[in-house]
Amino acid sequence: MTTVDDATVTPVVLGGTRGGPDVPTLRRDRWWLQPLVSASVLIAFVVYATWAAFANKDYYVGAAAHRDLISPFYSPCLTASCVPGSHPGFYLTWWEISPAILILIVPLGFRLTCYYYRRAYYRSIWLSPPNCSVADAHGSYSGETRFPLILQNVHRWFFYLGLALNVILTIDAVVSYGEPGVGVGVSVGSLVLTANAALLWLYSLSCHSCRHLCGGQVRRFSDHPIRYRLWKLVTPLNANHMKFAWASLVFVALTDLYVRLVASGAFHDPRLF
Amino acid sequence: MSDVTMRIWRGDPAGGDFEEYALEAQEGEVVLDVVHRIQATQAPDLACRWNCKAGKCGSCSAEINGTPRLMCMTRMDQLPEGPVTVAPMRTFPVVRDLVTDVSFNYEVAKRIPAFEPPARPAEGYRMQQIDVERGQEFRKCIECFMCQNVCHVIRDHEENKPHYAGPRFFIRLAELETHPLDTNDRRELVRQRMGLGLCNITKCCTEVCPEHIKITDNGIIPMKERVVDASYDPVGWLGRKIMRRPKRSPEEAAAGSSS
Amino acid sequence: MVDYETHDYDVIVIGAGGAGLRAAVEAKERGLRTALVCKSLLGKAHTVMAEGGVAAAMGNVWPEDNWQVHFRDTMRGGKMLNNWRMAQLHAQEAPDRVYELEAWGALFDRTTDGRITQRDFGGHRYARLAHVGDRTGLELIRTLQQRAVHLGIDVFMECKVLRLLTDDDGRVSGAVGYWRPTGEFIAFTAKATVLATGSIGKSWAYTSNSWESTGDGHAMAVWAGADVIDMECVQFHPTGMVWPLSVRGLLVTEGVRGDGGVLRNSEGTRFMFDYVAPMFRAETAETEEEADAWYEDHINNRRTPDLLPRDEVARAINSEVKAGRGTPHGGVFLDIASRRTPEYIRRRLPSMYHQFMELAGVDITAEPMEVGPTCHYMMGGIRVDADTEAATVPGLFAAGEVAGGMHGSNRLGGNSLSDLLVFGRRAGIGAADFAEGRTGSPQLDDGQASAVIAAALEPLGRDGGENPYQLHHDLQQTMQSLVGIIRTGPELEQALEKLGELRQRADKISVDGGRAYNPGWNMATDLPSMLTVSTAVTQGALHRRESRGGHTREDFPTADPELGKVNFVQRQRVERGPDAPIEIGPEPLPQMPPELTVLFEEAH
Repeated sequence: MTTVDDATVTPVVLGGTRGGPDVPTLRRDRWWLQPLVSASVLIAFVVYATWAAFANKDYYVGAAAHRDLISPFYSPCLTASCVPGSHPGFYLTWWEISPAILILIVPLGFRLTCYYYRRAYYRSIWLSPPNCSVADAHGSYSGETRFPLILQNVHRWFFYLGLALNVILTIDAVVSYGEPGVGVGVSVGSLVLTANAALLWLYSLSCHSCRHLCGGQVRRFSDHPIRYRLWKLVTPLNANHMKFAWASLVFVALTDLYVRLVASGAFHDPRLF
Repeated sequence: MSDVTMRIWRGDPAGGDFEEYALEAQEGEVVLDVVHRIQATQAPDLACRWNCKAGKCGSCSAEINGTPRLMCMTRMDQLPEGPVTVAPMRTFPVVRDLVTDVSFNYEVAKRIPAFEPPARPAEGYRMQQIDVERGQEFRKCIECFMCQNVCHVIRDHEENKPHYAGPRFFIRLAELETHPLDTNDRRELVRQRMGLGLCNITKCCTEVCPEHIKITDNGIIPMKERVVDASYDPVGWLGRKIMRRPKRSPEEAAAGSSS
Repeated sequence: MVDYETHDYDVIVIGAGGAGLRAAVEAKERGLRTALVCKSLLGKAHTVMAEGGVAAAMGNVWPEDNWQVHFRDTMRGGKMLNNWRMAQLHAQEAPDRVYELEAWGALFDRTTDGRITQRDFGGHRYARLAHVGDRTGLELIRTLQQRAVHLGIDVFMECKVLRLLTDDDGRVSGAVGYWRPTGEFIAFTAKATVLATGSIGKSWAYTSNSWESTGDGHAMAVWAGADVIDMECVQFHPTGMVWPLSVRGLLVTEGVRGDGGVLRNSEGTRFMFDYVAPMFRAETAETEEEADAWYEDHINNRRTPDLLPRDEVARAINSEVKAGRGTPHGGVFLDIASRRTPEYIRRRLPSMYHQFMELAGVDITAEPMEVGPTCHYMMGGIRVDADTEAATVPGLFAAGEVAGGMHGSNRLGGNSLSDLLVFGRRAGIGAADFAEGRTGSPQLDDGQASAVIAAALEPLGRDGGENPYQLHHDLQQTMQSLVGIIRTGPELEQALEKLGELRQRADKISVDGGRAYNPGWNMATDLPSMLTVSTAVTQGALHRRESRGGHTREDFPTADPELGKVNFVQRQRVERGPDAPIEIGPEPLPQMPPELTVLFEEAH
């Protein structure tokens, strides 16, 4: 007769037989399409951004063209090599390679540690897993518990730096309406810079860390009415974080491309009014 | 009405294979209805776990055409043409046919430190609706364990089971962390013992949730952010040094001493 | 000789729905060795289906509410057939049981001042149902489940109990059953046994109940010599879905009507105004204008007849369908779509909306639902002492749906969840007291256990016999067509005859496959319970030659005041078991004391 002391509940069974066949997935839909598209866009961006960052030219359209347009990859332009008019009045003399590299650390770090991009590249690049109920391509797995992936926890610091960068890009957009030698006007270039800044704001403010810092971290909303209102404000943005992430990523590259084409003389930035 | 072909996994711990069953389609049926008809007419010993047949109890989880679904909530007329594959959940050991041993989840549940409210005031507890709503979302959970099943951390790396709570229990912990009356701090527990850091937020748990709980956005990520508050935030760390508020060990948190 | 494992406890609780969990929590908190045995996984019991709320006169929304009003509503709803003492304890203790859940982590919806809010429900004079959206049952079971896990109660999941064991003195001393995953047998010895096995609905073709509701507890109590009462009182929920097929039988919560939904026939008429019985006229609106104004202003208007007690509504729907004013699929329309905005409906009835959208592609914010009566709840059950929930056999206790008396001939919505909590706790106390007072350890009677096991194994040893699924199907058809919502003497006689035949066929069941998770065999072992309770329901219905609450006799369409003073009690006195006959006879109801009868004399 057993007693209550040795009455056992079912223990966790490791190594038990699993149901279903031993295949990576039973899915027959086009589950590979989503990771393929994600990976393609991410890789295309990285290739373009690397090239654009190392190019170290054609990132600024200045007074000669009656414009003040700077590529978001190069703003703020902080090194001695920055073309005249592009830097904010001071610069770092010890930095010798492209000024873009210095600045791109911030958006790169912000996006690399972003909760949405993590999902995107863990799935599409690292294939861990490629899609839901499709087997992980790796034999062992330690998640984000060890170096280097434990550094994902620094996301909120990149968020703060990203906000500062957004302010600078917003200033860039505002000053782009001042067309040297012409006065104030609206050109396609200034609209592009404005849209770029707006998308970056949407991307940053919809960030999960932002939502947490606004009010998500409090236990009782009713004790913090203002933070609750902020949280309510950013929550719907957060639901669209993925959309803002893609839109701002593609647009920031297009913005650079636009400035680059104008700066290289491919065409003149049209003035609208 | 046309015929349907069901490919259903038949087997036990010794092994198994898909078996095909052809039967006449009927209007307005869900996969569970068809499985029941197969039981009644062709395979009386076909094992399948179910209770309410209304999407409220979370018993009939299976992998339909390779995707975790509740059999009672999957309408036949919404599946693509061709044979319908029904297999048991992959992450848990098979008992027989479509039934798996989900005791892992009940073992994890025992490790969650209980809700710890302050003493009840004479006029009763007061809580505001805005404060209970976050927890209410997580309490919609019907424990179908499909989030646990789809989570690759244990689906593809079984060795993580002993130290990984899984999405279902991350939202349970998030529910307790946002409970307006709870006095426990489970952040260290969730980091050190529940394996929150193993989650790489690939969001499949959210995709399969039949209750549409935003497991990742509203549960796991806020928990990760709270862990950052506690462990990876230099400002917070400095604040604690200055304020001399000691960080609590998981054992202390589990013991439920209130701060 | 088949081996079986054995376990010894102070208290075993069979059934892990709300009542079972609450009883086990109570016994465990007393420090007793407690086991919880359930047929499914923990937390899947039928309690999760309860949507509307827990009825408790907390007075948070209407300060005028108190236990006396709740008590009176309950007794009136039950057509005075209730055990008055149970109804009194229930009304008095329900608020504390709700507050207790809150202290265990339940998150009820709140009033603006932060208290638990309460909603209107059929038959309740005031908004009284504490709720969590429309998933209150889930909240209740999850809270109790988490409490039970925290206390470290031993849970035997997917373990089906076949029979209770008795000692030489006739006391219940344990139970024998089998593990569903393996088919291995298991026996318990226990100083006290609590039955909390829930309902019997699986004997009907249209039912909101899950496969578990096979009446195991009712049947096992009868086989152990306990009394059952009011077995004829089966509640048919007025608004089960009749179409589409995938949701047939699924309930549409009364909350839909509480939040503004109305019943219409195929001509578009709100027919409930034509079915207001005299006893409800004083408090029911006479015009659509008054009914519609009531939602906003309860003081100056009377409530809509759409919220009359369930039996009244079920009978009205039945009459409309019989008169040819039903929907194409034999129900009536329940319309909230044309009366409330989609946002309002989605907010007030989220899981209702979501369930129909996903299960059947029906958008309840855009189109009316087709509804009709569905077998829903068993008022009758094991006769218990109101204060301790002790059955008439020593050592046996019962709580929740398996116990009889609390709801009389008809249960009010919301009273089931409060019933589980109030009497689950009391059964836990009763069982704990009994266990502590019981001298000596109960001994396992191997002869009894082995006989039960041998009987359970018989279908596996047979070839070419009856198919258990077919037998179940035939039983459901019999009960649906002959012992349904409207009953007549000759049909009930016919049903008894058919049940006898089914009983004979049940002895010839054969099952393919082995014992491990074999649903065919599981069904075969459930059928004896279903046949016993079906027989008891039919006998009760035949003897109660009147219409009262959930029991409607076409040949005796009115209530008989004399029959309103008795319970029909059924038991197996000498010969016991699935094949033995069940005696039936009237016995007087417990007498209500004058201080309570006065509540029914006041003008209301």
